[in-house]
Amino acid sequence: MADITIMKTPAETGLAQLFESLKGSLPGDLSVRETAMAGFAERGLPHRRIEEFKYTDLRALLREAAPFAEKPGSAELAVAFNHAKAFTGLAAARLTIVNGHVATELSEATAFPAGVEVASMNEALARGHALLGWLGAVEAARGNPVYELNTAFMADGAVIRIPAGTAVEQPLHLRFVNSGSQAFATATRVLVVVEEGASVTVLESHEGPDGLACQPNDVIEFVVGDRARVRHVRLNAEGRDALALSTLTARLGAEVSFNTINVVSGAQVSRHQVFVTFAGENSTARIDGANLLRGRQHADATLLVDHAVPHCTSRELYKTVIDDEATGIFQGKIIVRPDAQKTDGGMKSDALLLSERATMNNKPELEIFADDVVCGHGATCGALDEDLLFYLRSRGLPAAEAESLLLQAFLGQAVETVENEAVHDALVEVVEGWLQARH
Amino acid sequence: MLEIRNLVVQIEDNRILNGLNLTVHDGEVAAIMGPNGSGKSTLSYVIAGKEDYEVLDGEIVLDGQNLLEMEPDQRAAAGVFLAFQYPLEIPGVGTMTFLKAALNAQRKARGEPELTTPELMKRVNAVGEKLEISRDFLKRALNVGFSGGEKKRMEILQMALLEPKFCILDETDSGLDIDALRIVSEGVNALRSPDRSFLVITHYQRLLNHIVPDTVHVMSSGRIVRSGGKELALELEANGYADYRQQAEAA
Repeated sequence: MADITIMKTPAETGLAQLFESLKGSLPGDLSVRETAMAGFAERGLPHRRIEEFKYTDLRALLREAAPFAEKPGSAELAVAFNHAKAFTGLAAARLTIVNGHVATELSEATAFPAGVEVASMNEALARGHALLGWLGAVEAARGNPVYELNTAFMADGAVIRIPAGTAVEQPLHLRFVNSGSQAFATATRVLVVVEEGASVTVLESHEGPDGLACQPNDVIEFVVGDRARVRHVRLNAEGRDALALSTLTARLGAEVSFNTINVVSGAQVSRHQVFVTFAGENSTARIDGANLLRGRQHADATLLVDHAVPHCTSRELYKTVIDDEATGIFQGKIIVRPDAQKTDGGMKSDALLLSERATMNNKPELEIFADDVVCGHGATCGALDEDLLFYLRSRGLPAAEAESLLLQAFLGQAVETVENEAVHDALVEVVEGWLQARH
Repeated sequence: MLEIRNLVVQIEDNRILNGLNLTVHDGEVAAIMGPNGSGKSTLSYVIAGKEDYEVLDGEIVLDGQNLLEMEPDQRAAAGVFLAFQYPLEIPGVGTMTFLKAALNAQRKARGEPELTTPELMKRVNAVGEKLEISRDFLKRALNVGFSGGEKKRMEILQMALLEPKFCILDETDSGLDIDALRIVSEGVNALRSPDRSFLVITHYQRLLNHIVPDTVHVMSSGRIVRSGGKELALELEANGYADYRQQAEAA
């Protein structure tokens, strides 16, 4: 019998070599990284025959593993700062992360109420921060290859703790900026522990210049205590040549209210993975998204909502607008465990195709093992309604303006779930900016 | 005002208008009546510029401008307004946002200064009051969740606000109860003026008791087969369209 050797791609070999050369200098417990890297090495980069990655074949898309970025110096920080435009008009406490490393020089973490704890992940790992036990709290994410790579390579990020009962009024803005001219990779990890009865709004922006082939792999993990309230808004405005992988995990206690929205206008290729687990009863989660794609952009949203306990409600609403030859992907799965009676789950993905060469792949799934639940899903895909366009034009709106108004309304249905008015308005501006660039 | 000459129109190889001729003078209210399928709604869409229709021959001239060469929005800016038989619901577009965008787009096209929001609010509220449209409606998405009658009133509100010179009412009476019919008719009558003309498309005489026309035209198989004064509508109501169907088939 012949031995079977699985051929490794140059990127897989490159990642293994990078790990060998970096592992001595990465902070924290090496065995955790080694376990993750071994798990990754066993299966390799996911490809289209792996169902979860059917539409985003990373083996084909990630041709070469770029080296991980060094901590930038002050001159590089100044250049990077020019790329940081998102949410700048908002009053917020800011933590800036440049090329995957916290830049304390550019952070404005002055406005936190007493007790709110923010530490860099690099230091937290090196010192063995007490909250690190919460990393990987959502089991379903742990075997995911993108998450495993992040665990193996994570170099910095943040550990944030909102103490019990604390209502943080001002949003906390995690500002990720990638800057430079040579291709590089980053692996950041943010852990947000929101204790019982606390509330917080977390904003994430991810930006960088066009022409920079960066490969960010960002993970944010929320551990949400009973009766806590979390609002999370993420903006992917990466440069046009970025390959951006991101993962959000959330473990929700009882009577929690958790909302997250991901708005994508940037990156050549992006994949945003969401793993939400209901671990306590009577909680509610919204997972929304608005993807604005043009050129040859490829944006994947893959969501997994695990109703492990009864009496929880989840809603997903994704709106995707696709122009030119771009591709949108929505894969949403709701799992209702045998005990999770009275689950209320609803998932919807709507796409508008503005060009004949635009592509949308919609794959909503329900796996229901309980018998007393209300769950539904829907997906639509189509062009702008000609009759609506005519109605608007018959009232005097030129074609371009009529189209913009309809697209704004379409995307607005996802964006309007953001309750914070200033944040909502900032997202509307992103949408308007994208629409204006169309004409 | 409006001159239609030998208009021939088809949709997907289906001939709908067969050499239609019609003249509407300044300040005139012209009613078009006719059986189902005679091409009345097609005529209204072709004047407003809907793209699904293929114009094979003829012309439509509004005060010297050839409408067939203009985009729908250019026609609107030139003074054409179509009150839809079935006004569309536009989720996510606020009524005020829409009204402001429409009015200012037309003003811009005509080289007039744009209206500010307070100026617009004042005008909208004044018109809305006459049409008994509650201010709550103006806060909602356009026509979403409106009843048939409310949608028709919203059409007339748009008409009053945009001040077109050539108004087409496509079966505005369909789906209206007696009270709504009165409110809508009063709204239309208030807009009658020597430099504004109307094309009122309807199946029934009923609407014409409220909006009294100057001329009545009978349409059948894609052309005007008879024209007369307002008394013609009464005759149709009494005798039906049977004579005209036969006439059209014979021709």
